[in-house]
Amino acid sequence: MLARHLNNIFDITSLKQEPTRDGFGHGLVDSGKSDERIIALCADLSESTRTEWFQKEFPSRYIEVGVAEQNLATIASGMANYGKIPFIMSYAVFSPGRNNEQIRTTICINKVPVKIIGCHSGVSVGPDGATHQALEDIGLMRMLPNMIVVVPCDSVEAYKATTAIAHDDVMPSYLRLGRASTPVLTTEKTHFEIGKAQLFYEVEKSEVTIIACGAMVYHALCAAKKLEGEIAVNVMNLATIKPLDTESILKEAEKSGAIVTVEEHQIAGGMGSAVAEFLAQTYTVPIEFIGVHDRFGQSGTPEELYKEYGLDATSIIQAVRKVVRRK
Amino acid sequence: MSHLSDEQIKALELKANDIRISIIDMLEDAGSGHTAGPLDMADIFTAFYFHILNHDPKNPEWVDRDRLILSNGHIVPVRYATMAHAGYFPIEELKTLRKFSSRLQGHPERVALPSLETTSGPLGSGIGQAAGIAYSARMDNRKFHIYVLCSDGELDAGNSWESIMFAGKNKLTNLTAIIDRNNIQINGMTENVMPLEPLADKWRAFNWHVIEIDGHNIQTIVNAVEEAKAVAEKPTVIIAHTIAGKGIKEIEYDYHWHGIPPSSEQEKAWMKELRTLGNKIEASHYN
Ligand SMILES: Cc1ncc(C[n+]2csc(CCOP(=O)(O)OP(=O)(O)O)c2C)c(N)n1
Ligand SMILES: [Mg+2]
Repeated sequence: MLARHLNNIFDITSLKQEPTRDGFGHGLVDSGKSDERIIALCADLSESTRTEWFQKEFPSRYIEVGVAEQNLATIASGMANYGKIPFIMSYAVFSPGRNNEQIRTTICINKVPVKIIGCHSGVSVGPDGATHQALEDIGLMRMLPNMIVVVPCDSVEAYKATTAIAHDDVMPSYLRLGRASTPVLTTEKTHFEIGKAQLFYEVEKSEVTIIACGAMVYHALCAAKKLEGEIAVNVMNLATIKPLDTESILKEAEKSGAIVTVEEHQIAGGMGSAVAEFLAQTYTVPIEFIGVHDRFGQSGTPEELYKEYGLDATSIIQAVRKVVRRK
Repeated sequence: MSHLSDEQIKALELKANDIRISIIDMLEDAGSGHTAGPLDMADIFTAFYFHILNHDPKNPEWVDRDRLILSNGHIVPVRYATMAHAGYFPIEELKTLRKFSSRLQGHPERVALPSLETTSGPLGSGIGQAAGIAYSARMDNRKFHIYVLCSDGELDAGNSWESIMFAGKNKLTNLTAIIDRNNIQINGMTENVMPLEPLADKWRAFNWHVIEIDGHNIQTIVNAVEEAKAVAEKPTVIIAHTIAGKGIKEIEYDYHWHGIPPSSEQEKAWMKELRTLGNKIEASHYN
């Protein structure tokens, strides 16, 4: 059953769609209202990253660095070192892509609370093509000590994640966002806490648990629904990839005895890898990975690309059937 | 190269106009993409593909071809349109821009279409790649010339200046950079977002020869490239002063047109504006 605090996403007529970057944009403005230490820095992408909304509200706390993502990270590091809480906004391929070493040294080793906002992640960026579709950023960020990594499943969760990381004036964090409008699954009532996974779909005697993050949670829920009567499937929203909610993951592995991970990211090094690294050392069960198989993205519509890269509900259903056979 | 006759210049200007028409057509079909930069670089691309470059559209992998590197990959519609008009691939294919399985990816990809030479889109990495090719070509005593087209906005990026410093240090005379100095980037005018001036002095300080031109004057573009190739001991940068969105009065100079395509109504009106050469002639030179 779909968790009761969620919207009825299986009713296509009432399905609301919104990009996660919008939830972030509102979250940043509201966080800015309650904490004057919050600063927004942007590298010539203020409209598409929704930084513009903060800029309009707090012009003196908005800083433009130009097309210079390495500088974006280092200036923010200095400001955080001083006592501000800087948010840095760009596309994920540029930040944390291009400025990875600056993030590693000046933000993570320094241990300063810079909040890295990577917009336009995944193939769902669409027509811009491979150069603009970040498929490595979860890996890059979760490998860094001190970094918190959050991948919200919809705009409402993105809002809550933004205000949550804004409250933390000690640790750096990475928030991964998407460009496309995607279904709004969660509501005001849905609990959100950094480091806590949640079951969004729960059945009796589950045979498989799908662990998903980002916009893929919706596809996973659709797959679980379609499999009703054939295979009993739980769906977990793993919004925080680091620190990993090992307790909840272990519980699902023990209960279902098989896992399918689903993410809009390279399979190598992503969320599925984090889950597998943990389970391989604690409780081994068969795992199937849904994600991008060592390829770059390309131009197309999000729907065309989800299909081409095996990220749609059909591919998830096949993976669930396969993992059951491997039990 | 050398001096162009009036007829030659007129033919190239009409070609640039055709290329602008193709750009608008393909962007409207794609439903996304960049309009201002491609339109303002149409004259320079025309001068290169139809006069300056030593190249063979039927043999794009010819080892001694001049190399044209596009650093600011988002303006690639102008390159695709010019290449199609120059015979690299059918003009019809322009309709596939930004579509699934097209060779004309939203940002240029070398693997999808090798005659693009490099992959770009992420800004600030074209000058370095061009300098790498130029350095290697000189090691092997090859005579072709390397041109890198870049934007003003991407001169915000540190990587650009690292490469500019490298090329200056190594006196890469076989390298010429051309800057689309249209004064716009995404968040506004370059001088508001991150001031670049005095731009010519900055390049001179990095040991480059600097030429400033009107980027819409074909004869001037050709002359500047000749001068660049004649300079000994230094790479040359041509700062081409352009008008963002050049050719469509409604959008000229406006940074809001950096990254959006025309609507279908705009496409119709703009096509008419271009086909009648800004209402200077009644009939179109082609339908
Ligand atoms: C490294 C990098 N950061 C950010 C971007 C996003 N971006 C694309 S174009 C652009 C503006 C650059 O200015 P310019 O190239 O002068 O734009 P134009 O004149 O064509 O409007 C930006 C910031 C990018 N492509 N690459
Ligand atoms: Mg510009």
